[in-house]
Amino acid sequence: MSIDRREFIRIAGLSTLLGLGGKTVWELLAPGQVEAQLMPKANALAAKRWAMVVDMRKLDEATAKKCVDICHKVHNVPDFANVKDPKLAVPPAEANRWQIKWIWTEHYHNAFPGQEHEYVQERVKAMPFLLLCNQCENPPCVRVCPTQATFRRPDGIVLMDMHRCIGCRYCMAGCPYGSRSFNWRDPRPFIKEENPAYPTREKGVVEKCDFCAERLAKGQMPACVEAAGGGLTFGDLGDAKSKVRETLKANFTIRRKPELGSNPQVYYIV
Amino acid sequence: MLEKALVGSKRYYILLGILAAIFGVGFLLYLRQLTFGLGITGLGRDVSWGFYIAQFTYLVGVAASAVMVVLPYYLHNYKAFGRVTILGEFLAVAAVSMCLLFIIVDLGRPDRALNVLLYPTPNSVLFWDMVVLNGYLLLNIFIGWNVLEAERNEVAPPGWIKPLIYISIPWAVSIHTVTAFLYAGLPGRGFWLTAVMAPRFLSSAFCSGPALLVLLCLLVRKYTKFDPGKEQIQTLAKIITYAVIINIFLFFCEIFTVFYSQIPEHMQHFIYLFFGLHGHGKLVPFMWFSLLGMIAAALLLVNPNNRADEKKLAVLCGMVVVTTWIDKGMGLISGGFVPNPLDKITEYWPTVPEAFITLGVWAAGFLILTILYKVAVSIKEEIRA
Repeated sequence: MSIDRREFIRIAGLSTLLGLGGKTVWELLAPGQVEAQLMPKANALAAKRWAMVVDMRKLDEATAKKCVDICHKVHNVPDFANVKDPKLAVPPAEANRWQIKWIWTEHYHNAFPGQEHEYVQERVKAMPFLLLCNQCENPPCVRVCPTQATFRRPDGIVLMDMHRCIGCRYCMAGCPYGSRSFNWRDPRPFIKEENPAYPTREKGVVEKCDFCAERLAKGQMPACVEAAGGGLTFGDLGDAKSKVRETLKANFTIRRKPELGSNPQVYYIV
Repeated sequence: MLEKALVGSKRYYILLGILAAIFGVGFLLYLRQLTFGLGITGLGRDVSWGFYIAQFTYLVGVAASAVMVVLPYYLHNYKAFGRVTILGEFLAVAAVSMCLLFIIVDLGRPDRALNVLLYPTPNSVLFWDMVVLNGYLLLNIFIGWNVLEAERNEVAPPGWIKPLIYISIPWAVSIHTVTAFLYAGLPGRGFWLTAVMAPRFLSSAFCSGPALLVLLCLLVRKYTKFDPGKEQIQTLAKIITYAVIINIFLFFCEIFTVFYSQIPEHMQHFIYLFFGLHGHGKLVPFMWFSLLGMIAAALLLVNPNNRADEKKLAVLCGMVVVTTWIDKGMGLISGGFVPNPLDKITEYWPTVPEAFITLGVWAAGFLILTILYKVAVSIKEEIRA
């Protein structure tokens, strides 16, 4: 169907009067085009169920730090603790409270509270456990969100719609892993070097690790996995031949708070 | 009827002025919060809810307690409460208004608040809380206003109001139950993960709300020509006594399960609140004052002589209001977030702007309350004259 300018304006105007929104008009004039634009790229990585295995035997302090740094760099995560501009300097207490963490390190005792005992191996005590959103199969954050701003994709990735989030922080109370962060103030002045390929956030919304959904869509592995030099295995649990499945088969793994029924999808080899 | 709110004594205008001024200060600071973000509060990634949500929770209780005057009057035909139902209902209106304002000031993006309606999500308890709170607000406005108007015109209230009144009774219970469910269903928060949460909420509501109502009744009697009645106040006092005792009982039920089972995730929060944890114990004196004060008030309320003496009763009601407020308004939220799910401690304390915004919301609520009570009392005075 071909239409001229006058015809377009007439139909658009009429449909606006009838209360039909922008997408409806597109559907009338150019059926199928809106959806067509949402088709995945040919080289996008897809899975039935994404999961990650963290091999703590292969992760030293420096490698773990590399993972954290690259993630926070590509996702424009602000840093309130090391601010160059003295006018923006944040006192340590606030810098701590406002911290935004997508992936970070903790001691064994904090990563697995209740699991530690007096005689835990020194090796384990010293390990920098990499923590991130567990991309739960049964995510409490999704259950509590009153606007579906946080939701679970069919491939298991729990995502945030930063434009829908009302900032009620119910998900932060719901998450049993402390994996969610809130923007207590405008984060933009505190981003060291902005990555134009990923959106920055506004104040007043919650954010978290997204398993690099934006990179998977372009055929790339998550940033931390690339930086970990083999310490992190990422792949499809639905594929019996995938590397994650093989790793899980070959090793004893633990998960954080599995007793809560959230079914976390980040596995740890200690 | 609203014209009654426009004319009043000098004292009435001064009270309105003071409340409006406090509200104004809170509002200005809220504008600051809107521009800077919630970072002007003492909240953070570990304690992500604080004073605002705590006040909200406490006030849902106050709102729900209106049922304690409505139920005896309408279900048991306890005529004496006919004089005070309107005071209970208007207190509920003011309290729910404060609840809604506290939710708004707590939102990171209040401009998107309507997303809760645009994308209704039945699996979220917050969605249901929004439904029951707004419903309860409307119910009480409709019922209170119509019954008062009928009373003024010396006719029976319209027939359609009766079913609404009956609905409002379980609805009152539902608002505090749903509010308890906000907390009691979160898997990683041992302090809140208890089935006794909703009953505890209700028992503390049914003592704190009527206690506040007794104080308001005494004020109304002192400063207006309308007397809510001695018998009414005495019956409320009995309700308060039962409720505060049940509240303490339920607290110790919780304490037993938590400390006999010895499960750390459940114990730590109580230890933090009452003894301090790893040197952090900002709330310890408050929690002990709350617990011991509540027990003392309960014991003294049991004695009928103390209840009969309205001066003593006023002090005891004040104790109940303050101790239940500390329990819910300070301990409940902080206690649930400390220690955090990674067994780390970040203590919370409200900042000055946060405290003033909180005061501002309270002032807004009392402004609504003053105006509604002025209308109600003027009409009661008019009927008497």
